[in-house]
Amino acid sequence: MSVADKPDETRADEKTLDADAKVDLDAVFEESRIQEVFDQLDHDLVGLKPVKTRIREIAALLLVDHVRRQFDLASDSPTLHMCFTGNPGTGKTTVAERMADILHKLDYIREGHLVSVTRDDLVGRYIGHTAPKTKEVIKRAMGGVLFIDEAYYLYRPENERDYGQESIEILLQVMENNRDDLVVILAGYKDRMDRFFESNPGFRSRIAHHIDFPDYRADELESIGELMMNEENYHFSDDARQAFSEYIERRMRQPHFANARSIRNALDRMRLRQAKRLFEARGSITKSDLITIQADDVRASRVFDEPLDDEAGA
Amino acid sequence: MRITQGTFSFLPDLTDEQIKRQVKYCLDNGWAVSLEYTDDPHPRNTYWEMYGQPMFDLRDPAGLMMDLEECRKTYPKHYIRVTAFDSTHQWETPRLSFIVNRPPEEPGFRLKRQEQEGRKVRYTIDSYASDQPEGQRY
Repeated sequence: MSVADKPDETRADEKTLDADAKVDLDAVFEESRIQEVFDQLDHDLVGLKPVKTRIREIAALLLVDHVRRQFDLASDSPTLHMCFTGNPGTGKTTVAERMADILHKLDYIREGHLVSVTRDDLVGRYIGHTAPKTKEVIKRAMGGVLFIDEAYYLYRPENERDYGQESIEILLQVMENNRDDLVVILAGYKDRMDRFFESNPGFRSRIAHHIDFPDYRADELESIGELMMNEENYHFSDDARQAFSEYIERRMRQPHFANARSIRNALDRMRLRQAKRLFEARGSITKSDLITIQADDVRASRVFDEPLDDEAGA
Repeated sequence: MRITQGTFSFLPDLTDEQIKRQVKYCLDNGWAVSLEYTDDPHPRNTYWEMYGQPMFDLRDPAGLMMDLEECRKTYPKHYIRVTAFDSTHQWETPRLSFIVNRPPEEPGFRLKRQEQEGRKVRYTIDSYASDQPEGQRY
């Protein structure tokens, strides 16, 4: 993109419309590539209804804002700092990565890159180290999205000399003053984030969008598994698919279930077993052997050894 | 006397919007921008003090503008310039630099003549500003 056709210049060139002029929202919608973004989102991300709803709302707001500007109706650009909360493996990081792309397509941020950081990247190790470190990260994220994973680690109440607080203060200041330059997204587990916000009330009020990621249902997990497999060029045989949905049922009742992340791990192990099976069988194999996961690969899992709770009771 | 040097030296001072556009051009070319300042206006004064570190990995000029804002607050009456460094193999050199801040009053230079043997005369220039110690000029 050359310097001349930057979006904010075209915006400045648009002339103000008369008060009784009409704008075709359909046309504006067509012109932006928003539908494309929605379709992609629906295709790639299973479930996550509240998240998708919120993204649609944001898209609508930005679009309407754009039209309002054509009528010269002044309003501040909306704050889009967000906080994603939810259990492990519910897609917070994945959505954050998408968000940068979406906001770029909606013309809200200029560059559309994502800078993903954790406490280590923001907080220094000695006095005077934190501020330059945090600022460095912020400068890099300008024009894009700053994603702070496990944001609650920034604040450590048990250590009053912790430098995290300094980092938080700089972040708050930038979130307020450079609203047009970057979007900050925090992510973390619900209960810990709630505690984090309790001790930093300024943070909560500066974030407009608190989005809670729900746990996936069994059928959603199944489609997620299916999607992941297809991406890796594998597929289930019919028996294996049946076994896989049983596997999910059982796994969901066990402790330490981490939604999609558990599914990904399970799939990795299935690939391992499939490879072992093929290797031990020797002989010649076909392409279809290579891409098919059999029921045995699924059922060999330790999850099937443990009795289901209701069976155990019976 | 208005000091000029670097790129755009024949143009009037750039506005912030123009600076942003130029920095964007540098970043799009993959050059690392940095800020430097000095209060010694001598034309042979090549190595200025760096303000902060060179900004590698920057994608958007807003980051530099934030630092420039701070630098102007700290050194309102110094010369400040933006330098764009190209790290490509065998370039490895500043590709572009321009002044983004200057003192309100620039007193200019005194011409000094040094008499030498055989009616020879050596000429040199000396800034009026640099009569004062560093930090108290302008």
